[in-house]
Amino acid sequence: MAPSPARTGSTRTRARGTRSTPPAAGAEVLADLHRRMVRIRRFEEAAGRLMEAGSIPGFLHLYVGQEAVAAGVIAHLSERDQITSTHRGHGHLVAKGGDLARMYAELFGRATGYCRGKGGSMHVCDLALGMLGANGIVGGGVPIAVGAGFADWYRGEGNVSVAFFGDGASNIGSFHEAANMAAALKLPVVLVCENNLYGEFTPQARHQAIRDVAARAGAYGMPGEVVDGMDAVAVWQAAGSAIARARAGEGPSMLEAKTYRYYDHQGVSGLRISYRSDEEVEEWKARDAIAAIEVRMMEGGVATREQVEAVHDEIRAEIDAAIALAEAAPFPTPDDLLDDVYTEPSR
Amino acid sequence: MSTTLEVPTDPVTARELPYLTAVNEALAQSMRADPDVFVAGEDIAAYGGVFGTHRGLLEEFGARRVVDTPISEAAIIGLATGAAVCGLRPVVDIMFMDFLGVAMDQIANQAAKLKYMFGGEATLPMTVTTWAGAGLSAAAQHSQSLEAWLCHVPGLKVAMPATPYDAKGLLVAAIRDDNPTFVVGNKLLLGATGPVPEELYEVPLGVARTARDGDALTIVALGRMVPEALAAAERMAADGIEVAVLDPRTLSPLDVDTIVSSVRATNRVLVVHEAVRFGGFGAEIAAQVQEHAFDHLDAPVARVGAPFAPVPFSPALEREYVPDSARIEAAARELVTRRLPGA
Repeated sequence: MAPSPARTGSTRTRARGTRSTPPAAGAEVLADLHRRMVRIRRFEEAAGRLMEAGSIPGFLHLYVGQEAVAAGVIAHLSERDQITSTHRGHGHLVAKGGDLARMYAELFGRATGYCRGKGGSMHVCDLALGMLGANGIVGGGVPIAVGAGFADWYRGEGNVSVAFFGDGASNIGSFHEAANMAAALKLPVVLVCENNLYGEFTPQARHQAIRDVAARAGAYGMPGEVVDGMDAVAVWQAAGSAIARARAGEGPSMLEAKTYRYYDHQGVSGLRISYRSDEEVEEWKARDAIAAIEVRMMEGGVATREQVEAVHDEIRAEIDAAIALAEAAPFPTPDDLLDDVYTEPSR
Repeated sequence: MSTTLEVPTDPVTARELPYLTAVNEALAQSMRADPDVFVAGEDIAAYGGVFGTHRGLLEEFGARRVVDTPISEAAIIGLATGAAVCGLRPVVDIMFMDFLGVAMDQIANQAAKLKYMFGGEATLPMTVTTWAGAGLSAAAQHSQSLEAWLCHVPGLKVAMPATPYDAKGLLVAAIRDDNPTFVVGNKLLLGATGPVPEELYEVPLGVARTARDGDALTIVALGRMVPEALAAAERMAADGIEVAVLDPRTLSPLDVDTIVSSVRATNRVLVVHEAVRFGGFGAEIAAQVQEHAFDHLDAPVARVGAPFAPVPFSPALEREYVPDSARIEAAARELVTRRLPGA
């Protein structure tokens, strides 16, 4: 059975002497985390509805439930820091500041999409924002993040690279090769495992004999930390220290966020095959990261209920406008089919 | 890259260098010319590469630009891909071509496709050097010629230099190209010598070379089969049969025009590679020839390649396995005797 949410946060394998008291999250940080999470949630909820309505061809892996991870990590990054993402990648691009209309246009297969209709949900990217792509291959982005981290190290400008991956990816060879290489070369890389307790439909207990993926960090010679992935502030604090370590040239770290996806592996209700209990889903939803940070903001006197609701309203309007723009966009034409296979010589 | 390199010294008057040194010089000169070029791979820094291709680079360029990696081929290709997307110009080494199997996701699903999947946003100026070929009793996992794997994947470029001149020029061109490009060297060619100009020069990707003129038959040979085909052609010339030998140099993109115009002149073609014949790149060349020059053919397109078996270990077996000039000559002599029905 999947571990209960209450058990998270139990394992720490930090490097000696690097732990300092995490900074408190002030009003600005709370508002920033909240806004990033609501944008992801609203983006994904609308995408799910659009897929059910038939507007989105192909696969759709929704990030709903995991928002605290993308928000808490990416809040520390600038456009000059890179991330690689997963098949469940919309949340990472939204958190990195992605253009929602270009994202929807890509999901719809339109010419104005991030990938001009050639990538779809599993390949959304924005290189100008340092988002090096969602990825259709489990674990496929981790070596690329290490390469980006190598470029950061090579240039020595203090930028870092973050690889997002899941508990399932932590079993694939590319992950192990990349983690070891990052440590061996002491690169400015942070490996962020979003452990949502299932590799597709297989529960963690049946795909690996460990409970904490971060326990593997020590085997590569890097610090690892487990954090409650339903607590955006906790993620923000832990990620802050791992990213600061990378920026300071002290090498890679691994952060494991225990989290949960509210929808199916693929789509909203997937194949309608039961592989997790309603009670388990409800137990995690009761710890929803957005609801939790809103309580924290209101109880802390940082925001009123009206102000919190205003954020939702504002983002709903932003989403509606983005969808309308994307729906009005043209599809690519057959003339576009063979463009961009190669970079043509500029000489 | 935006500038064109000078036309190199006439190869006839250039100094003679081994293929190995030509590769080394291409790496060193490319690194001197562009601070974004770096090399990485297994045993390439402190040891200088197991074949000696990277000797001296660590001493000249330091550990930041000459990087020993763990034995992790997937991560080596990922290192290049991520660094290239971020604007560097990586040149990574996969010691034996057989080891591409470990890295195939990063090669075929990541490096080759990022640009297209991202709607053109990504640029991947990365080069992979790798070492193919049998003949060293290295057995089935250290001897293969797997170029067909790479040529089947859109987004990759594949070069197979057969001479020291091309080893340097094609590698420089690959490093300066903005696409993931594989330069497939042959281990048995490393000691072969030939003229190599001193300056930095490019042999353009996608341009075949006529290694020998002839009118009786065209042999299209890949990699180490080029000198074997030339040896066969010399022996046939003694009997007054002049055989043209074409070296495509780059398999993807392939210079179909040069092959087709030669076949139109000779009306016969033999395709030769060291790789397994079945499903090999020769099948693509044969198909291109019949599509573009069917009416000019006086005989079926013939192929010489390795049999459909793994590369054996024992010299007694490996000799039988690897194509050589004798086998090429036998196939070529048979082909020139073929006549069209009624001719």
